[in-house]
Amino acid sequence: MPATNSTLVLGAVAYDAKVVPIWDGFQRWFASQGLDFDYVLYTNYERQVEQHFAGAFHVAWNSPLAWLQARRTAERTGRIAKAIAMRDTDCDLTSLIVVRADSPVRSLAELRGRTIGCGAGDSPQATLIPLEHCARAGLVAERDFAVRRFDVLVGKHGDHVGGERDAALALLSGEVDAACMLDGNHLLFANEGIFTRGATRVLARTEPFDHCNFTVLDGAPEELVQRFERLLLSMRYDDPRVRALMDLEGLKRWCPGRTSGYALLESACERFRVLEPFLARMSVA
Amino acid sequence: MSAARNVPRDGAERVLDLGRCGLDQGGHVLLARALAGCAPGERLVVLGDAPELSIHLAAWARAAGHGVESADSRARCAGRLVAGSAHLARFADAERAGATDARDGVHEQAPAHWGLAARGARVEVGSPAFDFALAEKRTLWADDVGALYAQALAAQWDPATAIPWDAPRPHAAEVEDALVQVLTYLIENETAALIVPARFAARIHPHYREVQQLLAIQAADEARHVEVFTRRATLARRELGLSTAGGQASLKTLVDEPDFAAASLLLSVLGEGSFVNLLWFLHEHAPDECTRTIMKLTAQDEARHVAFGVAHLAREAREEPTLVARLAAAIERRHDVLRHTAGLNAEVFDALIVLAAGGFEPERIAAGHAAVFELTRQMHAGRRNRLRLVGFDAEHAERLAGLHTRNFM
Ligand SMILES: [Fe+2]
Ligand SMILES: [Fe+2]
Repeated sequence: MPATNSTLVLGAVAYDAKVVPIWDGFQRWFASQGLDFDYVLYTNYERQVEQHFAGAFHVAWNSPLAWLQARRTAERTGRIAKAIAMRDTDCDLTSLIVVRADSPVRSLAELRGRTIGCGAGDSPQATLIPLEHCARAGLVAERDFAVRRFDVLVGKHGDHVGGERDAALALLSGEVDAACMLDGNHLLFANEGIFTRGATRVLARTEPFDHCNFTVLDGAPEELVQRFERLLLSMRYDDPRVRALMDLEGLKRWCPGRTSGYALLESACERFRVLEPFLARMSVA
Repeated sequence: MSAARNVPRDGAERVLDLGRCGLDQGGHVLLARALAGCAPGERLVVLGDAPELSIHLAAWARAAGHGVESADSRARCAGRLVAGSAHLARFADAERAGATDARDGVHEQAPAHWGLAARGARVEVGSPAFDFALAEKRTLWADDVGALYAQALAAQWDPATAIPWDAPRPHAAEVEDALVQVLTYLIENETAALIVPARFAARIHPHYREVQQLLAIQAADEARHVEVFTRRATLARRELGLSTAGGQASLKTLVDEPDFAAASLLLSVLGEGSFVNLLWFLHEHAPDECTRTIMKLTAQDEARHVAFGVAHLAREAREEPTLVARLAAAIERRHDVLRHTAGLNAEVFDALIVLAAGGFEPERIAAGHAAVFELTRQMHAGRRNRLRLVGFDAEHAERLAGLHTRNFM
């Protein structure tokens, strides 16, 4: 059913059961602010991007990879994709390549001939960006070192922490020589007791990059989208009606969208030709 | 130790030294403590020696809503935080849930959204509303409830040590049979007396915790009464006596009573009040030392249960003049329901005569009968006096005392 122009419809991927209470809660809050809001859930980002272009909803809550899929599709079809907002926690993330503390590996170059544990194949933070980081240091995945993927929920672009946790466990058990993960997950695993103090060493840290954003395409009802954007940015963590929802969604503040933080992922996509199968599917469709 | 809010300043900036403590070792406690004293936008330089500190600091700050600037040139600097405001939000409009000490006054009405919060705690806005049906001071409070609770705690006794279970039992087998019949009756009455306060305790808003605590310990008293009566009954007998339809019908009206005031009146003021007389009667006529001790200890407990019932209903009646009429209606309603039941079973009544007689010589039976008659007269007078204390006039008290169930409870 095509989206109408009186209700702002959001598309989101159900990477976890909590997605439903989050958007149900925001729906109530938007209603209290006079905005008729609804959402539609997909099981994977590829379907979401495809349906976004088919006009099924107005705003996509996109992973960074889904953002690039949308932007490149727009470029090819003469459309315009815009990132209108994101979480404060989507800005300036870094990923780490971690080894065991007693590992003889002292530099990225010494990973040659070894095995790196990554997250889901489509995870920007636990696979694509760290492998791009290695490539820039002259180490090509599957040529200079083996990649062991811990694929949890493919199509969800690494939104679920499970793949990174499995890679971390494989690092400790000696199954892999290094593991890739988000900086915050290194701290998380330390606090969970998976990484005991002094058990791991950070071998490399990537440049900062950005994560999710709300994406709109040209032709979306402007006034409606602007109201959504204004309300989003006005949402305050002091407001008890949304505080629990913001905690669930993992932010303290919505920020205006920016697209300056996706360059690293974009060059990873080019290098590993990540987007091509999707773009091919879109042009056939 | 330097004061919590007074992080040493280095020039214009605040500086926090985490030493060897990492953010995987509770270092966030020190960060939060230092940031609590920072206005939004203020900077906090973080120094430390823990491995990966600067990485963890950036990740922690991002999730906690603080900005982070990269380390400056000073030695051991892990980064510079720019205080956000989210960490203050949770407490900004939190509401104080009354005064901790009841002597400073409890609220007339306890808000549902205070929920389970301790009285005196600060409750974050947005906490869920709990459905506590009894949330009005008027309907449940007694001014000396704190003292009654303290008294109840101090008066707890341990059946294992307080009762001479091995005391000699010199009486005849038929007297023991009579005692077992009375104990059988007592046990089912104690069970009703356990269920009723337990049920209401769960419906009382925790703001009135002294009442909740008092009812909880009252239920525990009754649990102990069930235990000791059962244990005494089975000292010499393997099977108990008769439980009658009329007795249970009477207790069912108590257990089913949905109104706290009506249930308090029927159970505590009238029922347990009558039981105080009954237990002292059994104390006086106990055939052995074990039974005598049990009756004394349970009678003392019951007196406290009665005291709270009278105190909170008298208080409510003073504040709510229509209460007395509502309570009168409850007594009459129960009387009508029970009109066609037998009330106290003949087996119990006769067993009381045998216990008071202590033997089967005709003169002793006659004396026992007279003693039981006197007991029922005392029970009636006691009910009348307590109804007067609650707020009934003399005429109503006299009439309503007479409508009480023949089952005593
Ligand atoms: Fe009792
Ligand atoms: Fe009692």
